[in-house]
Amino acid sequence: MNRITKRLTENKAKGRKALVSYIVHGDPQPGVTLPAMHALVAAGTDIIELGIPFSDPMAEGPVIQRGHERALEHHASLTSAISLVSEFRKTDEETPIVLMGYANPIERMGYKVLATTAGAAGVDGLLTVDLPPEETVDLKRELEAVGMENILLIAPTTADKRVGSIAAAAGGFIYYVSLKGVTGAGHLDTDSVAEKMRQIRNHTELPVLVGFGIKDRATAIAIGALADGVVVGSVLVDAMGADPDSSTDEICNKIAAILKPIREGLDTISSI
Amino acid sequence: MSTKPTIDYSAMPDESGHFGIFGGRFVSETLMYALDELQEIYTRVKNDPDFVAEFDKDLAYYVGRPSPLYHAERLSRECGGAQIYLKREDLNHTGAHKVNNTIGQALLAKYTGKKRVIAETGAGQHGVATATVAARLGLECVVYMGAEDVQRQALNVYRMKLLGATVVPVTSGSKTLKDAMNEAMRDWVTNVDNTFYIIGTVAGPHPYPQLVRDFQCVIGREARQQCLAQTGRLPDALVACVGGGSNAIGLFHPFLSDDSVSMFGVEAGGYGVETGKHAAPLNDGIPGILHGNRTYLMEDENGQIIETHSVSAGLDYPGVGPEHSWLKDIGRVKYVAINDDEAMNGFRRLTKVEGIMPALESSHAIAYAEKLAPQMDKDETIIVNLSGRGDKDILTVAKIDGIEV
Repeated sequence: MNRITKRLTENKAKGRKALVSYIVHGDPQPGVTLPAMHALVAAGTDIIELGIPFSDPMAEGPVIQRGHERALEHHASLTSAISLVSEFRKTDEETPIVLMGYANPIERMGYKVLATTAGAAGVDGLLTVDLPPEETVDLKRELEAVGMENILLIAPTTADKRVGSIAAAAGGFIYYVSLKGVTGAGHLDTDSVAEKMRQIRNHTELPVLVGFGIKDRATAIAIGALADGVVVGSVLVDAMGADPDSSTDEICNKIAAILKPIREGLDTISSI
Repeated sequence: MSTKPTIDYSAMPDESGHFGIFGGRFVSETLMYALDELQEIYTRVKNDPDFVAEFDKDLAYYVGRPSPLYHAERLSRECGGAQIYLKREDLNHTGAHKVNNTIGQALLAKYTGKKRVIAETGAGQHGVATATVAARLGLECVVYMGAEDVQRQALNVYRMKLLGATVVPVTSGSKTLKDAMNEAMRDWVTNVDNTFYIIGTVAGPHPYPQLVRDFQCVIGREARQQCLAQTGRLPDALVACVGGGSNAIGLFHPFLSDDSVSMFGVEAGGYGVETGKHAAPLNDGIPGILHGNRTYLMEDENGQIIETHSVSAGLDYPGVGPEHSWLKDIGRVKYVAINDDEAMNGFRRLTKVEGIMPALESSHAIAYAEKLAPQMDKDETIIVNLSGRGDKDILTVAKIDGIEV
């Protein structure tokens, strides 16, 4: 069984809300990412979302844009991200990893090469922000051949009929984008998330994880109560890049300190 | 009997916005409904007599169309060879072809009921054309412009502000047109309920490449009639500069089925295609995905978009409209490159021999026509799209000449 499905199934059985943590590969320095991934796991992360830096990250707010820019200064790439996952797997066979990025680096590598190398390295899923289901038929076939999941997004603006077709094509989990906006935006509306969650649940048994705008214990509890888990990104990337002189240990301590109350908050939500 | 299959150019793109492998819709999920909505409205109104009449009326009385087709006799004589005709888009209101499209999209915005429009701009011509129609319709207007371009094109920034637009300098990435487009997309995804995004060229996600083309095709339809009236026959060659490629597709499209008409899209060769410092993805790029569509791009081996260079801010873009990528691959249009210094020579020559000062973008087309004409007969005809006037570039030219204005 794919690690994503295994973990989310176990979570469900335990009544545990999933914590997905996003950091950018190679940000702020190439050597930081591997220890940071282990720190995320130690702080209670269920799934690591590793951002693939791109020169034109259209869906990102300023914080994650800067993260991409810092990573690109050191030439972080999709190829080096896949190598990094191989390294990570030497000491962690369990934690699911999703690569999250934009279509062009994937196009450049080629779908088949990507699927083969990423699958062999131990990547479990791929989330491509600018590849809607209509454009992912070929990619999905290659991913499925190596047991990787093609994670799809649903947005507040996705019409009911389309929710159904996306849910039918999605693998692993549904990533629900909680708000109209870019990553790191601050205008989270819990009521509208609740309403959309009901609509999505009508169409699918897949776990639904919610991202965009979740930054602390309070927002994690508010959204976690409605979903199978939450995605935390900008607040981590912001802390990692805030001080260019931080040592790797200091960065790992910072992200652990951010995740601790979020994890504890999620664990207070009683499962029904 | 010809074995060549006939292509129905008017049937492109297909329903999902593809021109062969190019085009499509590569955006985040939040924007899909807005694109569906736009496509639905456009499909409904594009053949609606009221919409067409309103568009035509604005083009006639507000833009000043038809724009003349002018026989540049002295330039033709100096080049020695084909007769060069200029399609005078520089005489449009706001000084370039861009306004044809903003008039059309502003009408669409009116049909959607959205009260706020946004745009990206490089040289500022599309920003000015958008601010102009927004002023006229009383719409709130926000224009995103790379911080570098805000510096380079101060005059157009001020024009936009006078027209009531808010100009937002974009400081991310390379601080130029592509980053302005990223930022406009981010605004759109945030304000999608009340905002209409007026894209300035035949790029972006479907249906933009199609609808911008349709609005710009007035150029080619007029040129066709004017050429027949003035010369009694179709032109032998068409020449237009290509950044995103809206003026070129506007001229070319109504002639695509005429096999006798050859077509040349002129990209910005910058310091020379061989130097890598240029903006000529059709000459030296590979297919990839950016800004919502699959097309030829300038990128590195990891799929990162690389910085471009052109003396002309309006051509300084790493991608190109997807229909051009398709027309290149099927061989219908030949895409060539003209370097900065050749374009500057074109600018100077047209100014001196015809008393017409072309935009630096259009100067690339002029420079290529000067190369092409001597290879053709005296009774043959070239139409060059003079897509914009050069007033906005005076400071750039003066700087190159070492003169402080």
